[in-house]
Amino acid sequence: MNDTLMADNIVEQAAAWRTAGRRVALATVVSTWGSSPRPVGSQMAVDDRGSMAGSVSGGCIESAVAHEAAKTMEDGEPRLLSFGITNEMAWEVGLACGGQVQVYVEAVE
Amino acid sequence: MKREILDRLLAAKADAIPAALVTDLNSGLQTLVFEDTVHGSFGLEPDLLDEVRRRIRQDRSGLLVDPQDEDGFRLFVHVHNPAMRLLIVGAVHIAQALAPVAALTGYDVTVIDPRGAFATEARFPGVKLNHLWPDEALAELKPDVRTAVVTLTHDPKLDDPALIAALRSPAFYVGALGSKRTHALRLDRLRDEGLSEAEVKRIRGPVGLSIGAVTPAEIAIAIMGQITCVRRGENHPC
Repeated sequence: MNDTLMADNIVEQAAAWRTAGRRVALATVVSTWGSSPRPVGSQMAVDDRGSMAGSVSGGCIESAVAHEAAKTMEDGEPRLLSFGITNEMAWEVGLACGGQVQVYVEAVE
Repeated sequence: MKREILDRLLAAKADAIPAALVTDLNSGLQTLVFEDTVHGSFGLEPDLLDEVRRRIRQDRSGLLVDPQDEDGFRLFVHVHNPAMRLLIVGAVHIAQALAPVAALTGYDVTVIDPRGAFATEARFPGVKLNHLWPDEALAELKPDVRTAVVTLTHDPKLDDPALIAALRSPAFYVGALGSKRTHALRLDRLRDEGLSEAEVKRIRGPVGLSIGAVTPAEIAIAIMGQITCVRRGENHPC
């Protein structure tokens, strides 16, 4: 059985990749409005080879989050990202699944 | 996330200890909060600490804004509680399907059956098995508000003691396999044992959502669907 399908073990996956010597970033849904597809606390781990585990939406913003995660792996700085149809921030990635979501991206040291 | 925080969090999760990782979204600093201790890069005022611990008990991750702080001090509280539990009474064919479906849904599964020929590693690879009588097993496993109990044996000697123990526990879901007629007879027996009408009404029986399930795997899906509905579906008929 694919372990990353099981609930709530993305931190373990991130730690395993880090222990194997890869650079890793962890993305976490910190707030949602409306009908966003994944609840607060949902996580996605990304490594420097482009591996991904978990999700922060129904598949609509994972690529954009992975792109920002690469920057966080590079400079070590956390990022707070906002996605949503009515969002006026620089992000122009409409949330095709509906709703709005804020995602916090941090490096795993 | 600093390695020390990560290691502490992983250890807590491995030991099934409730914890909350609190992140200051402005600075990126993090602190781990447990029921009786705090470890990390910043301290929390007593009222904020109380609120974080309340969130752990409510299993509710989310933002925490300090109204006293004009700088927009923002904390994210990420609750890491142990997995929900499913206790299956009866190491029968349906249990062989229900155990993996429940595990995939994120539940920590235990199959209870004192009959050694049923509850075997060969029939339930990788699943926790308990060979006590069901009432003793439940006394040991102590169902709480994050626990579901399902009886599948069809044998009153095994199912009834389990149901009595489950109904007197805070388990959020209690289900029993059996036809409408079997279930009516079961309720009569449980009333005779002194259970109240409110208690016996808690049993979901015949168990599972009504989706016309026939095979063990389909019945497992119907049961897991109903458990999910009871847990999540506030305005849905289950």
